[in-house]
Amino acid sequence: MAFHHHQLNNGLTILGETNPSALSLAMGFWVRTGSRDETSEVSGVSHFLEHMIFKGTERRDSFTVNRDFSRIGADNNAWTSEENTFYHAVVLPEYLPALVDVLADIMRPSLREEDFNTEKSVILDEIVRYQVQPGWAAYDHARKTFYGNHPLGNSVLGTTESITALTRNQMMNYYNARYLASNIHLVVAGNFDFSSFVELIDQACGKWPTGKVERLNRTEVNGAGGIHIVEKPEEKVSQEYLMMISPGPAANSPLRYAASVLATAIGDYAGSRLYWALTDPGYADECGMGADECDGAGAYYLSLNCNPDNIKKCYQIVTELYKIVQDKGLSEEEIDQAKTKIASREVRASERTHRRMLQIAKDWAYLGEYRNLDDELAAIEAVNLKSIREVLDAYPLSNYTTTAFGPCSAII
Amino acid sequence: MKQELYQHTFSNGLTLLAERMPHVRSASLGFLIPAGCVYDPNHQLGLSSVLMEILFRGAGNYSSRALSNALNSLGIDHSEGSGLFNSSLSASMLSKNLEKALDLYANIILAPHLPESEMDAVKNLLIQDIEALEDEPQQKVMIELTRHYYPNPINRYKRGTIEGVQNTDVASLRKQHKNYFQPDGTILAIAGDFEWSRLRDHVQRLFGDWKANPVESIQVDSNNYQSVHLSKEIEQTQIALAFPSVPVSDPDFYKARGAVGVWSLDMSSRLFTNIREKYGLCYSVYASYESLRDRGTIVVYAGATPEKAQETLNRTLQELRILKDGIEDEEVDRVKVGLKSALIMRQESTAARAGAIASDWYFLKRVRPLQEIQTHIDQLSTKSIIDYAERYPPFPLSLVTLGPKELQLNH
Repeated sequence: MAFHHHQLNNGLTILGETNPSALSLAMGFWVRTGSRDETSEVSGVSHFLEHMIFKGTERRDSFTVNRDFSRIGADNNAWTSEENTFYHAVVLPEYLPALVDVLADIMRPSLREEDFNTEKSVILDEIVRYQVQPGWAAYDHARKTFYGNHPLGNSVLGTTESITALTRNQMMNYYNARYLASNIHLVVAGNFDFSSFVELIDQACGKWPTGKVERLNRTEVNGAGGIHIVEKPEEKVSQEYLMMISPGPAANSPLRYAASVLATAIGDYAGSRLYWALTDPGYADECGMGADECDGAGAYYLSLNCNPDNIKKCYQIVTELYKIVQDKGLSEEEIDQAKTKIASREVRASERTHRRMLQIAKDWAYLGEYRNLDDELAAIEAVNLKSIREVLDAYPLSNYTTTAFGPCSAII
Repeated sequence: MKQELYQHTFSNGLTLLAERMPHVRSASLGFLIPAGCVYDPNHQLGLSSVLMEILFRGAGNYSSRALSNALNSLGIDHSEGSGLFNSSLSASMLSKNLEKALDLYANIILAPHLPESEMDAVKNLLIQDIEALEDEPQQKVMIELTRHYYPNPINRYKRGTIEGVQNTDVASLRKQHKNYFQPDGTILAIAGDFEWSRLRDHVQRLFGDWKANPVESIQVDSNNYQSVHLSKEIEQTQIALAFPSVPVSDPDFYKARGAVGVWSLDMSSRLFTNIREKYGLCYSVYASYESLRDRGTIVVYAGATPEKAQETLNRTLQELRILKDGIEDEEVDRVKVGLKSALIMRQESTAARAGAIASDWYFLKRVRPLQEIQTHIDQLSTKSIIDYAERYPPFPLSLVTLGPKELQLNH
């Protein structure tokens, strides 16, 4: 596998990892923008815009866009998070030129008024669709509570009100300010030739506008603290959904590998502390913990759902477990197991071109560097008792904000 | 597409299938054991799920914790569950740990402890899982569709019922394990990098003495085709419907896949384009194909706000009905490219390959080479799909809706 890198005159960065034995190639445009970059008047515009990107350009209407992906058997999609928007596709190697033709084209959308209005109703439906899923609604509430006024608490979907009020002009302004070549990088991983790829991209994207793009408020967050109850009638929400968010290392922190080992040892679906404390005795059907590393700030998320009758017991167990880990750290055996799990998953996932594309795009966004699989494995392997202690001291688990969503009026 | 496929059926009836993928470092394994929920006694619906849940809580020389440590120390990710006819266990790991993983699975499958002390915990987990369905309207409507479309026992929810789970006990678990965890008809599928003769001998050593106890096949009636509206005050009406197709073994199988492709392969397919893109009626709408050994089914789902639900249903039905009236060549070309690309891309995943070869053996008693599938895809045409659509219209049909208002099925 070889890494290639090129920057066009307008600042668009092109990254490639070539793997001649791959059966496919994955390509994606990573735009460093998301709900944290929105003002409250345009809440949800990043995600709505992501939908509008597929609605056509000067050369294509929306049906042609979908058809041109389909014609080449592309496995394509897009997602929007609090701070990134990613447009990606996997195809067989022979379809690369056709993929560039459509994927690069749609990044300069027309945002036609008629399409904007039709898509608005799809977005409104998507908002409802998520609202009726308590697991997701609990997550949204918990984030808002934890982050307070910090932009990382902004909802990706927006609200029914903000989307209803949003105009095409507002979206166009947001697009013009954020979708600049200097704020986008393009990644390809798999079976392809880099120099001919650069030529294709220069033709397709060389004229994209460029400029300075800013992100406000990249500070760390301490969280609101406390217990926040969101009570719902039992006929609407049958189980209790609990989330605890604590501050953790940011995406560019050297402590992130220790944080990931810590979260795996505490909250992996199998054989973790949470598993033995909650799942094994049958108290909570689903529970887990993970580290979410963002730009300038990070957090640990612990989530569980259970029968409302069990919630007090579960919450007590989890808070005690956090206290014990905070005081005593992990055992060497736990650290080794977590490292083995993470490394095994990393190696297996990297066999798919899609996963390599995603990882390279992410590393570039947060670190401004390319890391291959071996770099990653070495960093995981280096985690030890000392680095676990360091991350616990720098970001104490006991610093959590709790949100409970469901029929219960109290959890202690 | 060069492939290295291997197959061996041991004298006790266990079939080992393997696909060697020399370019990968990972390996995946999957067991299909004919011990699914159709064999649950009527008063203990969920017994097979309880069994799958308790299986990892101690086996052979391993306590529950020791087994968990052993799996984790090898970086083995696993999942298991009871299905309709089969219980399945699957795992992914690095190829170098494949034999050690098989050693652990021999303990789990042949010598689980099934301890009384774990029963309450396991039952509580399953019951909470069943209760949580009330919070998952889409999953709920699909389970209800199965319940109303198919006859007993193939209309069961694999996790059982709260009452059925409560009724299970260790004695019934032991009986279930003794009767149904047996090699005759069991499939072990492996994909990854391995040496075939060594792998076969290793499996022989571990499972060669496993005693066969052939299970009598279950006679299943024809489908029920019932419809029902389930009233619930939710913000999004859930619409699910099902109608007959052909099973995987049928000569028309690829045409059925082609038809589903025209409806729902990707964002340019008819359902997405005409229901979501043209009219903005809903966020999610799709059709999919499912098969048992003796019958195939097309399942369609849409979720729409209550005000738009009736129009969503009407337009969806309309799309299903007019397939026989005409298909563009271009639509079929796209389906062919899409199916071919997906087929090749799945070759990058050992888990996907292990799953595919196991499924082929279960339905066909052989593994289809990729080239054969490719040839069938190439042969699809507008004519062949229209011919299929004429013979398999969306009738008789089950419609299950979940939401505040009942919908009308307009014929």
